[in-house]
Amino acid sequence: MSATMQDSPRATLQTLPGDDVRQIMWRFAERYDIQMLLQSVREVARGPVARLVAEGGRNSHEWTEGKQALIKHFDEAGITTAAVGPEYGGIVSGPYNLLLSLISFELAWVDAGAATGSLAGFLAFAPINERGTPEQVAEYTQRTASDGKGGHLRGAFGLTEPLPYVGVETGTLAGKVRIVEWRDGQEPLLHVDKRGRFITNMDLANYVTVAVDSDDERIKGSCMIIVEETDPGTFDRGVPTKKLAHQLSSTRDPVISVKVPASRIIGGYTIENGVIVPNYSHGKIIEAVFKHTRVSVGLLTAAKLLSAIEPVIRYQRERFRGRPGIDPGTPRHDLGLQQREDVLHRLIDVWATGEAAASLGFAAARLFDVLDPLEKDKERALSEQGAKGGLSQVKALQGSEKRALEFLALRAQPESERDNARFQELESDTIVQYLITDAVGNVLCPACKLWNTGYGATMMREALSLMGGYGITEDCPGFLAQKWMDAQLEATYEGPEAVQRRQLSLSMTLDLFIEQYKQWILEMRRIAFERPGTGACSLASAMELWLYTLNHLRKSTDDFGKKLYNTPRQGVTFPLADALCWLLATRELISDVIELEIKGAENPALAEGLPGLVAFYTDLCHVQCARAAGEVGKVCAELVYGYNRHPSWDRDSCACYSAEELESLESIVPGITPVASGLVDVIGPDGAAPCKAGPCAHAEGLQTFQRLRAKLDGCLTGARLAKDRAAYALTEVMIPEVLDYPR
Amino acid sequence: MGFHIVVCAGIVPDPLQTLEPITGPQGPALKNEMMLPAVLDPWAKHALFEAAHLAAKTPDSKVWLVSMAPKTKLQQVMMSIAQKASFELVALDGPASGFTDSQAVAEALAAAINAISGLDRKRLLVFGGWESASRGAGATLQIVGERLGIVEQFQGVDELSVTASGSLRILERVEGGMHQISHCDGPPAVLGWATGSLPEPPNNPQVGMANMRTLMPALQKATAAGVAVDGKSFTSVEVPKQRRDTRIVKDASTDDIAREIMEWIKG
Ligand SMILES: Cc1cc2nc3c(=O)[nH]c(=O)nc-3n(C[C@H](O)[C@H](O)[C@H](O)COP(=O)(O)OP(=O)(O)OC[C@H]3O[C@@H](n4cnc5c(N)ncnc54)[C@H](O)[C@@H]3O)c2cc1C
Repeated sequence: MSATMQDSPRATLQTLPGDDVRQIMWRFAERYDIQMLLQSVREVARGPVARLVAEGGRNSHEWTEGKQALIKHFDEAGITTAAVGPEYGGIVSGPYNLLLSLISFELAWVDAGAATGSLAGFLAFAPINERGTPEQVAEYTQRTASDGKGGHLRGAFGLTEPLPYVGVETGTLAGKVRIVEWRDGQEPLLHVDKRGRFITNMDLANYVTVAVDSDDERIKGSCMIIVEETDPGTFDRGVPTKKLAHQLSSTRDPVISVKVPASRIIGGYTIENGVIVPNYSHGKIIEAVFKHTRVSVGLLTAAKLLSAIEPVIRYQRERFRGRPGIDPGTPRHDLGLQQREDVLHRLIDVWATGEAAASLGFAAARLFDVLDPLEKDKERALSEQGAKGGLSQVKALQGSEKRALEFLALRAQPESERDNARFQELESDTIVQYLITDAVGNVLCPACKLWNTGYGATMMREALSLMGGYGITEDCPGFLAQKWMDAQLEATYEGPEAVQRRQLSLSMTLDLFIEQYKQWILEMRRIAFERPGTGACSLASAMELWLYTLNHLRKSTDDFGKKLYNTPRQGVTFPLADALCWLLATRELISDVIELEIKGAENPALAEGLPGLVAFYTDLCHVQCARAAGEVGKVCAELVYGYNRHPSWDRDSCACYSAEELESLESIVPGITPVASGLVDVIGPDGAAPCKAGPCAHAEGLQTFQRLRAKLDGCLTGARLAKDRAAYALTEVMIPEVLDYPR
Repeated sequence: MGFHIVVCAGIVPDPLQTLEPITGPQGPALKNEMMLPAVLDPWAKHALFEAAHLAAKTPDSKVWLVSMAPKTKLQQVMMSIAQKASFELVALDGPASGFTDSQAVAEALAAAINAISGLDRKRLLVFGGWESASRGAGATLQIVGERLGIVEQFQGVDELSVTASGSLRILERVEGGMHQISHCDGPPAVLGWATGSLPEPPNNPQVGMANMRTLMPALQKATAAGVAVDGKSFTSVEVPKQRRDTRIVKDASTDDIAREIMEWIKG
């Protein structure tokens, strides 16, 4: 292992990162088929989609001709069938999580509503794809590829219901299913009643995958069912939602009341004692679906943030041009607002957030591409062991957890010291590999959805505020104001922030995750040694502080003796979940920048600019590490200290000395009085408190926390110098003459 | 009998990019040229669409795209262009900059065309742009033709039609917005296209994937074209100046405005 020293003088960013840079960072440089498909997506996004936005196409809740016309473009560009494999005439054979994420990113660069339409189609199909019977998967894939009439079958996903039913809490369904006819030896005929709220794609959906509960004692529990527009009964698309975001997608409140054969129950069913028992409850299917789809949503907001960089730089530079006396060659002409440090620093914050969000999202997508086949292999392995689902599966998995932890422990040891035979055995154990990957997936997915969209929306506001009044107009290049509003929807649909925090507050405490997290801390320390400029050391220290805080909160109580880390105590669990997201996103950014440094050197097209690119991105990492460290330090300190009662001026709660006490101690420890007075509160002989803001709180037993926090603060050394360098790069980087959309 | 159409097309920086001439180690260059996104040279791109169109309506035809460019840059451009027309790529790894000499580039292109196996010279149409967006010399394609011994050459072409007898009817741009109509017995011929009349086809990933089969091998085996720039010196290099003369006039009638514009156009 060797440490690289910084070159001097440092190279700086020459051009904005182009496709070749992104392909390396997000790991699809070798996938020409994906690159090709993305070019065709880009043409649609920056052409017809951008033109429709510029023409005011978003200013209507109705499904207009202009919006409908986009669907044809999506079809022609291969977007509609992107998830259809080559065996059904599709173009790309996966990996689908990465592919769909990249498509969403590319569309959302211009308009996320356009992305939502296609994402909702994938979402509709996802329950079938994840848990459908082989026949259902084959039929609906085939019809998505071609509906036999020169078009494609389109779907909507129907979970959310009118108040007071399902929203964040997905348990309480008003949608119902009952049996209307069940002839001996024949398929039962079901009646499905579902009123939806905010259902995307309803204007064009040919089918809806709806979540319903049993309204019949001959059907057990809940399930998801496929209903089609041609099913007998009512398929009313409902009223359009008067939404203020993503207006290029269709959203309505449908009313569906149709008869369907029981074969439409997603995943099939068995009959036990005359009762239809669906193989999967709606909850199980939704869990499997949202595990994936939320990652692409997180990437919608990441795209927006990164898309804002170029228009903001251009605005800043051109701000004063054209005014008499501001001549080319003068700083006011050439740099404009970029003469001011604040606008540069703020834009760096936006950029760093966008990069970290994208890195986190694409890392999550790649992880699910590994996890999906593993999950199938795991199912196979379990059923071979006789564990066919339900409790027996849970038990079998619990049994494997120990082995998974053993594998992680072995992996952490040097090859020369560990039991390699055992390591290899566990490495090829499908269930073990599934468990460790799943443990990370269960954290990365909600983290990406939560942080990218929630904090992303905040930073999107920052981005458009850098454009002044222009930012909040429809004319703003890059549609920044629309993107700000859109980000808020991304933070809400497919489960708002609370849902993600809830999931994280459980998954981030599991041993299988924590053990991997500990290894990531060591990884960051190693990177800090090899590439100190990344700021990885501050990230490692922040990760350590977070872990200490989690452990501390899990065993601590508040002033009333109530447990702190506890599911209902969202005031504790949720902020800690938020803090973790900062760490994860920053870690992924560092990983992508290292990838760029290594693989970029193999690409001759990048040779000229690579040193500058890497130097800039290294500074951006450092900036982001410092921001993450600051956030984590703040959250952890508030949680660790905040649940101890603040002392008041009484002897019970305040760790004060009385003046007399000090006097008597003076005879034993001469000179204690002036020292103690500087450290603790001293109550006068008349019981008077010292004249100051309040009694001092004390931190019994928190010395480790204090030490870690102090260390973290020290690790911020150099972070602001990195920010200055990154800010300087913004004044030097070449940008195109104009934005490349609308085309 | 169909045509064998060879389209010669280089790549140039995306026209939206800021171009800044600098002096590099090998003479004049554009600042960050390798880092800037590139596109297929616009006039040659029209030639490619015309070629694909002609090939599609003439059975038994085939299109080759011969391109000299840094191959990693060419690969990025192909990700989009290969979706717009069916062709087989012949790639030469060399500079795409406008500062290379037309003669040297033409020699390399002609040699590459000569080396295409299965190319029938009797059916050969060499297409390209009548000039390039990088060099603008308007000479490359003519020299390619000369080197291949093709004397039927047409420049500034906007339309090509094939008559029932198989002869070619060609519209070339001449002064005053007019076209000169020429007839040519048939291939071989060289056509330097202006803009033609076809719109840019939308990307079609199916077409792209079909092209991909020959595209990536062609890029992989592309060898250095060895186009030297030595022996040449440039006295000055600059990008065209932008002019902005703003005059604020109140209450002018539309007729007055139109008249003034007409006078300005007439010079
Ligand atoms: C444009 C648009 C398109 C949509 N598309 C679809 C679609 O295609 N299909 C579909 O099924 N749905 C769709 N939705 C619905 C969307 O998924 C829901 O709106 C979202 O999940 C939130 O549900 P809710 O609106 O009922 O919020 P609520 O359940 O009322 O939650 C409101 C807020 O209360 C708080 N909260 C609630 N519960 C908790 C808790 N347990 N812990 C802590 N805080 C809590 C949170 O702050 C939460 O954000 C769409 C929505 C919109 C706006």
